[in-house]
Amino acid sequence: MGRTLFEKIWDEHVVVAPEGEPTLLYVDLHLVHEVTSPQAFDGLRLNGRGVRRPDRTLATADHNVPTDPISVPIKDPISRRQLEVLEENCEQFGITLFPRGHENQGIVHVIGPELGVTQPGMTIVCGDSHTSTHGAFGSLAFGIGTSEVEHVLATQTLPQQRAKSMSVSVEGTTPPGVSAKDIALAIVGRLGTGGGTGHVIEYRGEAIRNLSMEGRMTVCNMSIEAGARAGLVAVDDTTIDYLRGRPGVPDGEAFEEAASRWRAFTSDPDAVFDAEVTLNAADLTPFVTWGTNPAQVVALDGAVPHLDSIGDADQREATERALTYMGLEPGTPVRDISVDVVFIGSCTNSRIEDLRAAAEVARGHQVSSHVRALVVPGSHRVKKQAEEEGLDQVFLQAGFEWREPGCSMCLGMNPDTLNPGQRCASTSNRNFEGRQGRGGRTHLVSPVVAAATAIKGRFAAPNELSE
Amino acid sequence: MKPVSIVEGRCVPLDRSDVDTYQIIPSDWLKRVERTGFGRGLFSEWRDDPDFVLNHQEYVGATILLAGPRFGTGSSREHAVWALMDYGFEAIIAPSFGDIFSNNSSKQGLVIVALDASDVDELNALVKRNPSLLVVVDVEHLRVEVPEAGWQRSFDLDPMTRQRLLNGWDDIGITMRREDAITRYEALSVAPTLDGIFDDAGHAR
Repeated sequence: MGRTLFEKIWDEHVVVAPEGEPTLLYVDLHLVHEVTSPQAFDGLRLNGRGVRRPDRTLATADHNVPTDPISVPIKDPISRRQLEVLEENCEQFGITLFPRGHENQGIVHVIGPELGVTQPGMTIVCGDSHTSTHGAFGSLAFGIGTSEVEHVLATQTLPQQRAKSMSVSVEGTTPPGVSAKDIALAIVGRLGTGGGTGHVIEYRGEAIRNLSMEGRMTVCNMSIEAGARAGLVAVDDTTIDYLRGRPGVPDGEAFEEAASRWRAFTSDPDAVFDAEVTLNAADLTPFVTWGTNPAQVVALDGAVPHLDSIGDADQREATERALTYMGLEPGTPVRDISVDVVFIGSCTNSRIEDLRAAAEVARGHQVSSHVRALVVPGSHRVKKQAEEEGLDQVFLQAGFEWREPGCSMCLGMNPDTLNPGQRCASTSNRNFEGRQGRGGRTHLVSPVVAAATAIKGRFAAPNELSE
Repeated sequence: MKPVSIVEGRCVPLDRSDVDTYQIIPSDWLKRVERTGFGRGLFSEWRDDPDFVLNHQEYVGATILLAGPRFGTGSSREHAVWALMDYGFEAIIAPSFGDIFSNNSSKQGLVIVALDASDVDELNALVKRNPSLLVVVDVEHLRVEVPEAGWQRSFDLDPMTRQRLLNGWDDIGITMRREDAITRYEALSVAPTLDGIFDDAGHAR
């Protein structure tokens, strides 16, 4: 019987598989950031342990960094301290770090791929649940907690129970105006927040194959929102073309050799998955979340759900709670909901292609007078490229803020936050209560819907903007 | 971590599904570099409400939390586990849990008990009727009991997690006994390292 892509990567990384115990899995690349690492480094010091493979460990500052110009000092002393501690730890243990302002600094899940250190067939971990992003390259990548961060620092391995495999196939081609983010929201809506628990998802089908690497990263990024720790896409020409010429990959002959090895990272035609789900791409439309978990999605053309349409009493209560928090009346058309803030950024949607798509919508228009709109590139490299293409000027002329790279308004750990009651159209990944700031109300959307919404001041598609 | 074989105490019914790790401990608390003191931040966005169940006098000092399905989904923050334990919880009972959260809990000795939704509902009704009921989570025998009500259910835990809880084993210590196997694996690995990609200042060469 053939093997799935997940099984192939797993099998290559088994250090030992003792009877009745979890498998010890080798970690090829460990990405580190300031939030989930300080207690892990403390643990190493407390036990007199070192970092086994600094050459397989890479650190960046992202969650805490303000997106103000670098000349503005960090006001919050606790944030500042956490960034300093990361610098001290990387210095002490010999780990390469991209601190605030460094040319390679950015969101950890943006810089790994763009530097070419994320490669097919690798195992990649990071103390961040959106590590699933890197699975777009046919690598097994998942988020871990701080105890596991310490474990990987000390041993470069992790004891793991093998997950089940799930195939999520998006068949056919997507209609115009439907982006990778809409595919991701459709999948999370279909599976629910727990549907992928215990599984590694492989995304397949024509609509996935047709996505760029940026689009595949968006889809894999949101695997965790369906409960799956990892998402994967098989390697193809798109993967290899993206990697060619990046700093972390070899040149010339050596690249071609690596590429031919990478091409094996696909599921065999006769591989069997533990679960299979199929979506029809033709049915997809732009989506918006209405509630407080990412599975609560509705079409942009639709309306906030009615309570009487929900049979299950617990579900109805959860829906009621979400609607109260979100300040929404059942049955309200999505297009009638106005917003206060628009955020374009995060590890889901802050790459060059996302910014190009949003800029194309914004070009020649003006942000609505009652909306604050932020564009936050995922990394300094993305920012530089966007500026070379003139995208910053498009955004600035349309009335968007053009900010420095970081996690920004995705998670409320830096000065970019919502005020209580503010409503935000956001290209990020989580609409949990308070996620973007206490009392803030988050609606997840694609970059093009975010841009059109900023201009209209209410949820809108690009085709609603007058010429 | 400290060994844990029995958790005995009163139980708080949270009555909510999809409690993500942000609700357990908001991001603002994640800026801290310490491992202790997170109890004050536990459910902090809900605790301002005097009606929130943790503020009810009869549940003060409870050591077991009873929640709805999909408890601990979302972000990988182990701070959620630290906050629950620092507050005083030693076991969480719910129909289902987020993967990373369960993993993190097992590393810290927080006992994760998954019961059928109908059993959780029964237990919920029992403790609501009588908040002073003593609930027992027995890791040795994989049982949840309410002795006074004659109520008992068994639960699953993977054998290694159970052993680690019972013995208080440190994962890293266990893995380090396999150092030779790791070294042998590394000698054969073809996966690239970061060597030679960046100069001392982190610039790509």
